[in-house]
Amino acid sequence: MQTEHPSSTSPASGPSSPGVLFLAFMQLALQGFGGVLPVARHALVEKRRWLTMDAFTDVLARSQALPGPNIVNVGVSLGARWFGIRGVFAALGGLMLVPFMLMMVLCVFYASFASTPEVAGALRGVAAVSAGLIIGTALRMTASPRMRSWRALFGVAAFVAVSGMRVSSVPVLLIAAPLSIVSAWWSQRTKKSPLPT
Amino acid sequence: MNDRLSILALDFLMLSLLSVGGAATLLPEMHRNLVEVHGWMRSEQFAQLYALAQAAPGPNVLVVSALGWQVAGVAGAIVSTLCMIVPSCILMFCADRFLASSRGQSLREILDNGLAPIAAGLLGSAGVLLARTADINTIALILTIAAALISWRTRLHPLWMIALGAALGAVGWV
Repeated sequence: MQTEHPSSTSPASGPSSPGVLFLAFMQLALQGFGGVLPVARHALVEKRRWLTMDAFTDVLARSQALPGPNIVNVGVSLGARWFGIRGVFAALGGLMLVPFMLMMVLCVFYASFASTPEVAGALRGVAAVSAGLIIGTALRMTASPRMRSWRALFGVAAFVAVSGMRVSSVPVLLIAAPLSIVSAWWSQRTKKSPLPT
Repeated sequence: MNDRLSILALDFLMLSLLSVGGAATLLPEMHRNLVEVHGWMRSEQFAQLYALAQAAPGPNVLVVSALGWQVAGVAGAIVSTLCMIVPSCILMFCADRFLASSRGQSLREILDNGLAPIAAGLLGSAGVLLARTADINTIALILTIAAALISWRTRLHPLWMIALGAALGAVGWV
């Protein structure tokens, strides 16, 4: 068996054409149940070796810093890097088109069978699990080193306001996000240029 | 119908640039708009459509397509999905090169550090909101708590837990 060291292999080359990119994203999207990102990392870095692990981590970090679904932002970034605007359409088309059509088929199925006891029960079971999966993901996020700051209080405040006091997320975001970003900017500035003592 | 489509479009256009950490962080806001403000679906339907999207392959943002479909059919699904992702895609397309530069690097860290706690707090709210509608009995509540603990503490693939939830529900336990 071959040992895999994706980050140490020589310069990654990328897909040969937008068509290949489209098919690759379509394939990885269809393998992604409950999140496409892990599949995308495996497919793009380890299997196809289109980019190094470091490059992927970098793209992902930028995708997380901006609004929007992370995997969609990754598609925009990689598509643009390899084929410009055509690449963006290829990556996003591959990512969204077939899963969207599948979703529509499921919705039609849902409409006709939602009142069948077995289907309704199965959906209730999945909904209960899904709620737990989201809570688990939020809990996992609290382990990030980015939470080791008093800014974690902004997160607690947002949680209490939206889930406890039923405040709309829009004003919560519009107030908390700028404050938290300014505070992050301030602490980075003071860290980089320590005041003389 | 056209009214519905344009309201749907405006709602999701507004959410696109606010979706820090992905679409799931804004589920409480979507619930507020679609269930509470417009009355286009019941809370259980909202939770079931989310469940449907979780059980299907593809990006998690497709929950927006399912919600749009419930409001205005395939046209609603297309409109809501495009409005949700196009503004954030344009921002990513325009800002990506700068964020990748050495000057952009520190801006990226600032945005990451500033937004991560808020994204976590809002995601937690989304989970609690769904749990409120989904946990109609003790077994559902146990499923939610177990899924939360397992996905927090282990690397087990979520599909196993989704399959277990579907199976328990189909035999009438949930």
